[in-house]
Parts: sequence; structure tokens; C-alpha cells
Amino acid sequence: MAAITMNHIVKQYGDGFPAVNDVSIDVADGEFMILVGPSGCGKSTLLRMIVGLEDITSGDMMIGEKRVNDLAPRERNLAMVFQNYALYPHLTVYENIAFPLRLAKKPDAEVDKLVREASATLELDEHLQRKPGNLSGGQRQRVAMGRAIVRQADAFLFDEPLSNLDAKLRGQMRTEIARLQRRLGITTVYVTHDQTEAMTLGDRVAVLKRGVLQQLATPRELYENPGNLFVAGFIGSPPMNFLPATVEGNQVKLPFGSVEIPAENAARAAGRGLLIAGIRPEHFEDASVAAAEGRRGSTFSATVDAVEWLGNETYAYIPFEAPAEVKQQLQQLEKDLDGEAMRTQLVVSLDGASRITEGHDAEIWVDGRRIHLFDPASGENLTVDRARAGRIPGAEVAAG
Amino acid sequence: MRNRIGIVVGCILIMLWCLLPVAWVISLSFKSEAAITNGSPGFFPADGAGAGWDNYRAVWENDQFRRAILNSIGISLIATMLSVIVATLAAYAIARLEFRGKKAVLTIALAIAMFPVVSLVGPLFDMWRAVGLYDTWPGLIIPYMSFTLPLAIWTLSAFFREIPWEMEQAAQVDGATSWQAFRKVIVPLAAPGVFTAAILTFFFAWNDFVFGISLTSTENARPIPASLSFFVGSDPFNRPASLLAAGAVIATIPIVVIVLIFQRKIVAGLTSGAVKG
Repeated sequence: MAAITMNHIVKQYGDGFPAVNDVSIDVADGEFMILVGPSGCGKSTLLRMIVGLEDITSGDMMIGEKRVNDLAPRERNLAMVFQNYALYPHLTVYENIAFPLRLAKKPDAEVDKLVREASATLELDEHLQRKPGNLSGGQRQRVAMGRAIVRQADAFLFDEPLSNLDAKLRGQMRTEIARLQRRLGITTVYVTHDQTEAMTLGDRVAVLKRGVLQQLATPRELYENPGNLFVAGFIGSPPMNFLPATVEGNQVKLPFGSVEIPAENAARAAGRGLLIAGIRPEHFEDASVAAAEGRRGSTFSATVDAVEWLGNETYAYIPFEAPAEVKQQLQQLEKDLDGEAMRTQLVVSLDGASRITEGHDAEIWVDGRRIHLFDPASGENLTVDRARAGRIPGAEVAAG
Repeated sequence: MRNRIGIVVGCILIMLWCLLPVAWVISLSFKSEAAITNGSPGFFPADGAGAGWDNYRAVWENDQFRRAILNSIGISLIATMLSVIVATLAAYAIARLEFRGKKAVLTIALAIAMFPVVSLVGPLFDMWRAVGLYDTWPGLIIPYMSFTLPLAIWTLSAFFREIPWEMEQAAQVDGATSWQAFRKVIVPLAAPGVFTAAILTFFFAWNDFVFGISLTSTENARPIPASLSFFVGSDPFNRPASLLAAGAVIATIPIVVIVLIFQRKIVAGLTSGAVKG
């Protein structure tokens, strides 16, 4: 077991394109670290550099106290689960799990003991003599994990292990992985593009965009205090709403009306001209429901374009017009997030009891304390609570 | 339904077309020499014209022929083994590594395969006599290898390319050296390809006549096809057709056995289930 420290890691390909650019992440011993980001953000490359399948252009990769930059994969004592499992089809499940032990030339009795332990943990006992080709996706996934846990590696590395499973199985395996990691208490680095996996599994999450670390924080910190527009838009489903905004005194002017925000936030954003306000869908509410519950905040009235009733909650869609410069920034953000939506609209999550209907004006309540304000040019979050936002690499430089 | 009938009829026609000569050779091998000389039109030997196993016994008791069988088996197996080993390594390099001249290697290999065998016999004859390889096993093994390697390399590199990179990387992460990953993961996965290459090489070596007759002079290295052509009976104008037929049947047996053994390996779809697909 060991900590993994990445120190200013750079990966440059032959054409000079930096797939990973100056990333520093420290994974504590026993920690579950998530690397997350849209496709092409360098998260898999980073993982493959940890395990040694990819050369490191510059920077230091430390496992425990040892610098491993120049070590071959087999000398790093790490276990990895590949996206497509990479099981050996010519070997039985038993031999697949035993493979690393056989390579280490362990005596048969010990191999047998360790394989049986692993298979019992993963409930693979009745499949031990089958070939991987005859197993279901979930079973193959478990075999791949068995091969990883059997050899008492210093750390586990997962490369999008659930992306080949269907939605239901994915949920089950997610909890399974979390349980296993807690039980074994082994350092884990897990790559995913799925923000739900990132939020539910990770002790801490590193959000990457185009090879650059955006923010390294706990899931809660990421959700409540995103460091910039990208993180704010990436974490959360449905995603955060972004609206053009200007600050006047303690009021934020939004396309639908003015909302009062806390004085300290207003002070930080004062005199900056046009900003982007970020509000999570659940920080809106049907004004009548909010009033009944006695919640304080501002309300505004808007025409609801579409309503999706899900039982426990309702999503309402409210289109709005954004000024050109904000629109451009939002479109760029959408592109960064691999998104398609070109329309500027507000997604509002309302209580299931709400009676708001399509095509009618509705009175909407909004929680002013939860509004984030972003600089449209840099994307930086002006209202971030630095003490509770983990590490935001760009901001460190600016501050120091 | 009409389709099915068509397929069945077509298959029977093709089978007849292919197997009739084989059946006829077998039929000949059971007829007595005299009967053939006198003309024996029936498929089954006429009364008194049958030779039973006499022809086979005669062929088998022929020292030269027995020696030729040994030569053929030895030379073909060694050529196959060497060719497959070299081709496996070469194909792996071609499929996995980026190196200068990769295209050139493949093109030249193909060019060699396209060379007419006959055109090389003359120079080889001269060369082999000069270096002392004439009428030896290596003297046949080397040309067989050089003619079968290109095809084997092409077949195998196609197979290697199909194997996901991740299989190897997984093996390396699991603690294997590159060589171990190759031997324990890649080669077993490419087994159908390896056996295909082996069968093709073995066929070529076993069936070759041109090299066999030109590069040998005694039973020292003469393989079966060449040896059969030396079967001369008592009468030079009357070749012993029934003996030749019996020899041909015996020569076919090892090929059938080898194909049956290898075929099972080829059909067993080993790569299925490597990745989800």
C-alpha cells in the first residue's frame, strides 16, 4: 500500500501536443481518487502514466517514496482494471485470476488459497472453471477485479471500468467497487467521464480539461464551490444553469428579474460589468411551494416552455435570450463539456407537488445565497469559498 | 426449399469433382498391375483383377520409399516448425512495432512469394552444390522456408493485429515481461493463425516436387513426390500404375492426419470473449 504523488506531470506527444499539462495530484495512502473530465481531457493518459504504459515527458511520478518514471509496468506493483476488462480468453476464470501469481512464481498452494479468497469476495466461486467468453458483462468485470485484488498490489487503477455495462448493472457494480475499496483500504485511482461515478465513489475528485487540472476537491466541495465555469457545468445533473448577470449593490440582475445575494458575494463581484450567474436547478422552487415552507428569497415570473414531471420532482424549462458575449462563452463551455445543447434555457427543478403547467407564466422562487458569479472572460468563480473548494490550480498562481 | 435443394446438388457436384480423382487413385491401388495393363475400366476391380493389399505391401517393402517417407516427414516438419517460429516473431514485430522499412519488409516478402519456383531451381542447384547442401535435408528445408515464410508472416500479422493491445498491457501490469506477455498471452490467442500458417507451410513442403527432384540425387534427402517418380517396374515402357497409386495413397495419409489435428485448433474460436463485443 502506498501513496501516489504526481508532481508537475507533462505528457507531450510527437507532434508537441500536450495531452497532460503540468498536473500535480497527491493521492494519499488508502484514498479513493477520481480522475474525471470529458473525452480527450487526458485522464486516461494520466492513469496510464501512473501504471507505466505511457512514457512521462517531464515531472515526477512517485509511488510511496520511490520515483517510478523509468520503471516498467511490472516493476511498479500496481493492479489495473481495463475498460474492456482485457481478460485472457484462453484461460479459465481461475487461471485468469491466478495469472499474476503464476508470473510471480508463487507455490500452487498459495495461489489456490489467494484465488479462492478473491473469488469468494467477488462471488465468482461457481464460475471458476468457465472461460471468460461464456460470462456476462458483470461477471467479466468481477473477474477483472479479482485479477487485480489477488496480488496485493500497492494501488488499484481503474480505467472507466463500468462504461461497458448497462445502466442497472453499472449502479450495482459502482456500490460493489466502493465497498471493496473501503474493505481493502487500498489506494485507488479511478478514471471516469461520468460525473455520477465521480461524485459517489471518490474521496476526492480531480477534474481535468484538455490536459489541465481544473480543481481537486471532495465531491461536496466541487458541487458547492466549483472553481470555475467548467467545473460548475461538469459536476451536477441536470447541470448548473448559466445566466447573464450584472451586480448592482446587493442585487443581481438576471434576465427574469433581480435577486438579492449575500453582501460579501456582491462585494467580490462589484464593478465587473457583465457576469455569468450559475444557479443549480434545485435552488429554484415553485414560489407557492417555497412560500408555504416559509423559505426566504427572491421570486420572479417567467413563461415555462416545457415541463417534465418525474413524480418526486418536476423539471421546468424556461428559455431566455443571452447577450452575444455570454452566449459565445456558454457555447464554448458546451463544447468543452461534449454537449450538444445550443439553446440558452433555464432548467428548474421544482417540487413534485408543483402545479406549474406548460405555456403559462409561473412564479419562481430562487435561493440567492446559492448563486455563483463567474467572470465571463476567464471563467473563474468570483464567489468561491476558498476554504471549502479544495485546490484550484489556476487560482493558486493568481493568489501567490 | 428450392434453395436448399440447389445447395445440396451443388455441394454433391463439387464433391464429386474434387473427390473422384482421389477415389480413382484408391481404386487403382487395389487393382493388380496386370489388370491395369490389360485395361480395367470398372471402379471396383473385376473378378481376379483385385490385388488386395499386395500393392501396399510391395510399396512398403521398398526401402527407397520407406526412406522417402522418413525424409518427407522430417523435412516438412522441420521446415514447418522453423517457418512458423520465425514467422510468428516477424509478424509480431510487424504488427506491434513501428520501425523503418516495415513496408519494405512486407513488400519484399510478398515479392518472394510471387517468384515462380521453377526459376530458382537452377541457381539453387549450382549454389547448393558449391556449398555442399545438395542432396541434404537443410538443402530442402531452406527453400521451403523461404517460400512459405511470406505467406505465414502475412497471415500471422493479420491475426496479431486483431488482438487488442490491452491484452498485452494487462499482462505487463500483471507482472509479465514483454517476452512472457508474448508467450503466455499473445501466442495462445493467435493460435488459430499459427496453425493456419503451419498447415499452409506443411502442405507446401509435403507436396513440393520441383525442389524435391532437382536438389536431391539419392534417397539421402529425396521426398515422397520425387521418390514416386523413380518407381519403375521391370518394363520401362509400362509404369507400375497400381504401385504408384498405392504410394500416393500412403503419401496422403499424413496430410489428412495433420489437417484433422490442426483443423480442430483453428475452428476453436479462441479469440472470442477477449473483449466485450
